[in-house]
Amino acid sequence: MISSRGSSLPVSGSGRELVARKNLLSESARVSAIHCQSLSIKYPGGTRAVDKISLKVNPGEIVSLIGPSGCGKTTLLRLMAGLEQPTEGTVSLDPPVQVDAGGIAFVFQQPSLLPWRTAIQNVMLPLDLIGKGSSSNRREVASELLRTVGLEDAATRFPAELSGGMRMRVSIARALVTDPHVLLLDEPFASLDDMLRNQLGQLLLELWEKRRFTVVMVTHNIAESVLLSHRIVVMREGALASVLENPLPQPRNEDIRATVGFGEFYGRVSRALRGE
Amino acid sequence: MTAMISPRRRELLVSISLVASVACFVLVVWEFVVWKFDLPKALLPTPGQCFNAAVAERVALFRATISTGLAAFSGLLVAVAVGYGLAVIFSQSRSLRLALFPYVILLQTVPIVAIAPLLIVWSGYTFRTVLIVTAIVCLFPIVNSVTGGLLSIKQDTNDLFRLYGAGRWKRLLHLQIPSSVNHLMLGTKTSSGLAVIGAIVAEFFVGNSTSYDGLGTLMTGWANLLKTDALVSAVFASAMLGVVLFGTVHLISAVFLRRWTKLAMTAG
Repeated sequence: MISSRGSSLPVSGSGRELVARKNLLSESARVSAIHCQSLSIKYPGGTRAVDKISLKVNPGEIVSLIGPSGCGKTTLLRLMAGLEQPTEGTVSLDPPVQVDAGGIAFVFQQPSLLPWRTAIQNVMLPLDLIGKGSSSNRREVASELLRTVGLEDAATRFPAELSGGMRMRVSIARALVTDPHVLLLDEPFASLDDMLRNQLGQLLLELWEKRRFTVVMVTHNIAESVLLSHRIVVMREGALASVLENPLPQPRNEDIRATVGFGEFYGRVSRALRGE
Repeated sequence: MTAMISPRRRELLVSISLVASVACFVLVVWEFVVWKFDLPKALLPTPGQCFNAAVAERVALFRATISTGLAAFSGLLVAVAVGYGLAVIFSQSRSLRLALFPYVILLQTVPIVAIAPLLIVWSGYTFRTVLIVTAIVCLFPIVNSVTGGLLSIKQDTNDLFRLYGAGRWKRLLHLQIPSSVNHLMLGTKTSSGLAVIGAIVAEFFVGNSTSYDGLGTLMTGWANLLKTDALVSAVFASAMLGVVLFGTVHLISAVFLRRWTKLAMTAG
């Protein structure tokens, strides 16, 4: 099931196609599907932050959770990460991952870097915590990731010496350092300006092209969700309002924003958000 | 000429000259008041007389300053060690924190002049007594500040550590202790001013009955002899000592912990 889903993902460019597909098949075993079964979180007052949500995220799929403030999308994401416990229902990963070995990574709205660690030390933090690899090995992995996010020259700089966009890149590199099966992002680019937001969206797509992890991303930004995701889940008042398949071809880049298809799908998502 | 001086340097020069001007002004007013009202030397000596007394008593004054400085510094060190240990314990157990924190506050609120005679009964007219009094005076700001630092971890960072299954020790080592360094420096700076006060108050009680001589013992002796000019010079020495101690702590934090204390203020 996993491999059939993986191989059906479109890969462009005839030369790259074979290589990419081969990578995909060999690596598809380490991405997981997320199954949420009638998940609910009920607070003592009786309010339900999340109300009987059933959702399946396929392995290697990018799904956006979108909806008005307070609709429970962040809570749903935290449930998936195991940072909150549901009062009813279950979350399971297939194949299961060892969460405390870095199988699930989370990118927060703020970069949340440790100010006393340099960029590379911040990227190494998850490996230090799960105790994986030797010190030099950790440094090597972290250094490689910093190169991937374009920050190889900033490795020894402290967070205070980095710009907002650079800090977010470090935060993304840190999330990927354990080679996670699942990447969860909670409005990761919300505090950045439009240009940086686009750049980092593009970076996320490039990283996904290489690794094909399963991504669930909470966002307020319709354009961002249309550009990045395969499916868009619209939430309202703690429940799923609608799930929209993204018809736009892959891989995507910024140019797709100018197409008619982008505009049409944007309109559909926007209407779904308004509840039409 | 002025264009060659960097703005930072210039600001420093301006602030130094401002402080010096205030000092000059105070000295002039002081001299004037003594002259105008023809005050006796025992009541208020002139700045010049105080300076002369300081020169005459320089050996005693110097030795006393060293003794008091040593007591204040070691008392502060003991307070840092004990205070940090207590704060770590408080950060790890809510019930211990609830049970013990009021007693730490009690140490702060009970007047030190009430505890000092008791400590003399237990510990004698010794350097050790002065050190204990100083440590007690210095303890609260450090415990309070560091406990706050160890506990004020952002939700996101907490979640990050939970996500990677970090246990109590890893959290303490990789997160709580590094993030409390700022608070430790802040608490120690606050306490460094108190340390000199604590040492001198303890010395008042220890008195000059033994071989121990500090600024406090000198002051009581000179006050009894109405050597007001020497007394004023001892007051200046103790004030200088406070400044030196504060400066030392500031320097240590600036040089060794620069990346934690300075950078932590601005990073998000």
